[in-house]
Amino acid sequence: MTEHDITLTVNGTDHELTVEPRTLLVHALRDELGYTGTNVGCESSLCGACTVHLDDDAVKSCTVLAVQADGATIETVEGLAEDGEFHPVQSGFQEEHGLQCGYCTPGMMMAATDLLEENPDPSREEIREGLEGNLCRCTGYQNIVNAVENAADEMHAGAVADGGCPADAADGSGSCCGSDAGDVRWPEDGGESE
Amino acid sequence: MSIESIDPDEVDAADILGSAIERREDPALITGDAEYTDDIQRQDMVHMAICRSQHGHAKLEDVDTSAAEAMDGVVTVYTHDDLHREDTPGGGSYSLPVGWLLDSLREVDHPILADDRVRYQGDAIAVVVAEDRYLAHDAVDAIDVDYERLDAVTDPVDALEDDTAELHDDAEDNVAFDWEIGDAERTDEAFESAAHTASIDLENQLLIPNAMEPRAAVAEYSPGTDELDVFMTSQNPHLHRLLMSGVIGHPEHKLRIKAPEVGGGFGSKIHHYADEALVAWIAKHLERPVKWTATRTETYKTDAQGRGHRTTADLAMNEYGDIVGLRVDTTANLGAYLSTFAPAVPTYLYGTLLSGQYDIPAIHCSVTGAFTNVPPVDAYRGAGRPEASFVIERLAKLGAEEMGMDPAAFRRRNFVPEDAFPYETQVAVVYDSGDYEKTLDKALEMADYESFRERQEQAREDGRYLGVGFSCYIEACGLAPSELAGQLGAQAGLWESSLVRFHPSGTVTAFCGTSGHGQGHATTYAQIVANELGIPYEDVEVVEGDTDEIPHGMGTYGSRSAAVGGSSLVKSSQKLVDKAREIAAHQLEADPADIEFEGGEFRVTGAPDRSIGIKAVAQQSYLAHDMPEDMEPGLEATSFYDPDNFVFPFGTHVAVVEVDPKSGEIEFDQYVAVDDVGNQINPKIVEGQVHGGVAQGVGQALYEGAEYDSNAQLLTGSMQDYAVPKAMHIPEMETGSTVTESPHNPLGVKGVGEAGTIAAPQAVVNAVVDALEPFDVDHVEMPMTAERIWNAVDGRTEPDAETETPAAAADGGTDDPDTAADGTGGDS
Repeated sequence: MTEHDITLTVNGTDHELTVEPRTLLVHALRDELGYTGTNVGCESSLCGACTVHLDDDAVKSCTVLAVQADGATIETVEGLAEDGEFHPVQSGFQEEHGLQCGYCTPGMMMAATDLLEENPDPSREEIREGLEGNLCRCTGYQNIVNAVENAADEMHAGAVADGGCPADAADGSGSCCGSDAGDVRWPEDGGESE
Repeated sequence: MSIESIDPDEVDAADILGSAIERREDPALITGDAEYTDDIQRQDMVHMAICRSQHGHAKLEDVDTSAAEAMDGVVTVYTHDDLHREDTPGGGSYSLPVGWLLDSLREVDHPILADDRVRYQGDAIAVVVAEDRYLAHDAVDAIDVDYERLDAVTDPVDALEDDTAELHDDAEDNVAFDWEIGDAERTDEAFESAAHTASIDLENQLLIPNAMEPRAAVAEYSPGTDELDVFMTSQNPHLHRLLMSGVIGHPEHKLRIKAPEVGGGFGSKIHHYADEALVAWIAKHLERPVKWTATRTETYKTDAQGRGHRTTADLAMNEYGDIVGLRVDTTANLGAYLSTFAPAVPTYLYGTLLSGQYDIPAIHCSVTGAFTNVPPVDAYRGAGRPEASFVIERLAKLGAEEMGMDPAAFRRRNFVPEDAFPYETQVAVVYDSGDYEKTLDKALEMADYESFRERQEQAREDGRYLGVGFSCYIEACGLAPSELAGQLGAQAGLWESSLVRFHPSGTVTAFCGTSGHGQGHATTYAQIVANELGIPYEDVEVVEGDTDEIPHGMGTYGSRSAAVGGSSLVKSSQKLVDKAREIAAHQLEADPADIEFEGGEFRVTGAPDRSIGIKAVAQQSYLAHDMPEDMEPGLEATSFYDPDNFVFPFGTHVAVVEVDPKSGEIEFDQYVAVDDVGNQINPKIVEGQVHGGVAQGVGQALYEGAEYDSNAQLLTGSMQDYAVPKAMHIPEMETGSTVTESPHNPLGVKGVGEAGTIAAPQAVVNAVVDALEPFDVDHVEMPMTAERIWNAVDGRTEPDAETETPAAAADGGTDDPDTAADGTGGDS
């Protein structure tokens, strides 16, 4: 079978590797590069366990060919924490008991970070709908929803501290997203969250 | 509403037991550091893939593996005959044993690679070993199997018909066993004298467990030492070691089973399957590491399924609404072969729970087990107990209707009273403790049942159909004692073993024979041991799931880990403290009888300044410079804890739903779960177990079900076709609890792993049926899809707006026979 040389930038590190055209991105990440935090649950895009970010969008890496990701920037669960500090979504999952066996969790968290990027202040219903592509068999989802709410609050508080409101940036309404905002006034130019 | 978790650093040592601390498991799981079986890589490792039957039932005319063997990168291909060649190592049975026997059980052969016949779609025919994962699957596709199709059957009742093709020569009419419990004669008498009866025919559908991590195994063999290490998705490594040892013919003491991180089980990783045995055997045969990971398709076709009952049940009542008899006749689907504990599930884990929370003077239950062309059916979360609870709680709903009584009042009237414990049922078990009114009362309050009927009536006037469903469930966990289990047919003891070891520096490792896979044992067991030893929680490490490290164990299933494993850790800790006390007494020059132990300190009674901490004692025990006479050095203790009885958690779940009879859609208005699981070691983890259990129960009620066509082809063979519930399918749950301690274990705990799964289905079905009461619908089979609802309602008369509804009589119903008999409600 023919092989292809590709480059993947995973969690900020460049990797050159040779893959078959049929090699799935998730297998390239796991078996070739050792990023085993991303799990395989169904090989068919249905369970979401393998969700990673590909050029900043959440994708199911079991239905992306590695060659399709050539040159892409990929973030996996291993890249969520920064400088030894958990990402707010990670902290949210721990604090709210949003995981039990943990198998769906990396994909669930990657989907959740993507969701919060799109909608920094989602309602519980929006969280449930936003995570429709990710299955969990342990938690009954309630504490996952709590975890994502918790993360949204923490990211909002972080954004406030940094002088920007993510909801403000997203909806362009010029008003704060409301939760715990107090009397904080927002600079006219908003400010992107990190 | 939900319990707030606490940073363990903020909890006083004295309060650690019972605190809702965050789990110590989580950091590895949320960073991707945790190692699941498929994460394991080995130098020179080969990959295994399995050629499985395409048909539900067929003779194998020919299996041609030559094309597969000729492929580049294929190492070898094995079929049934290869296992039995004289030059192959081992001398195993190469057939899977059954671990629970019944008097009438037809034990049928279950070869790990099919000989000349396949009995379900997924039955293993040949196995390929190749240099990589993809190649192994390519080679499987290249195997040419010539089948002669045979008639197939998937329904257990149909399987027993005279003209149905038989699966096994040793099982006439596909009967696996006939079993009964209770007193048939007394039950018949109860029905003869009954003033009222209620009846139901129901199916408790086949379910597919769907642990998120597919089953997997990696095995490696050291020819020099004859050691065979198997890393696998196991809920019970020691049990797997014992069984696999016989299957592949490798000595138990040279076989190591380790469960790395395991991504959920729900029963499906208890059983001993062919696949993991093949991985181990091939690693030995080839002397190369071997990996196999099931595809999701394989898990659908081969993971042992759950439930699969067809039941007729009748309830007899006297003129006042007291239950006087219960008669149940069930045909249970066992699938194509007997899985590891299959015979126990529809018998001793089912019939014994039929009394529910009720004082029923006469019960009889008969069960016929049937072989069919579906995968083996065995324990799935709840295992027998959800089926029992479904029967009695559906009948409780119908019984209340028959009596014209409020369903809560009807249940309350028939509860085993609080002062009757220990309570011996008519189906051979003794409930350890209970207070059923307390959980009912709390659930009624949380659901605001008092105002519900008014709300329901108003909604009906507006053409909206609300319904409430109750489930007053009982569960049994920690099946014990071993002597009883043996009398019932278990081929294993059901104790649990642990070892608690102090290290010289004062930290502790606690080893336990259970094997968690998401339940948080590393956290809860450390809470138990830290509390017993009076040492900081962070000084206790917990080790599970490895036969090389842990003395022995029976594993994690049946909600047994806290009650049996946790209690074993208490026993080991207490033994350890007993020894430490003697060392402390020696050091303090006092009599051991005069030494008190509290908060990790040994003190001389009446002389509190004379004391020594347990960590200092541990250090002394390893220095062994100054020990009591004849005492061995070191400080560790092992126990094998065999409980006196099961534990019987219970609770009341209340579902409130709105059903749209025109579209068949069901929406949750409320879901309340009040569970009494005894003392709670970590309330946050308890809450999580309830949530997850309820979600699986709601899944059974509304979404899930294995469907086969007439050739036994699985129609729901993927997550596209089998509806594992998503986040938006599961209601927000309001949880509450009461605490009734188990009197017979040292922690006073019961069990919670299966509570929600046992409780939820009938709460939801009862709610839907209640909502559709104006349409005269008295049952809807699960899963209650929109189509089924629509069909149930279709053609029924539109209700009259004046329809009467049962009055809310939340706190007691009535003891007045006249009122009870003439109560409002009933069929419209």
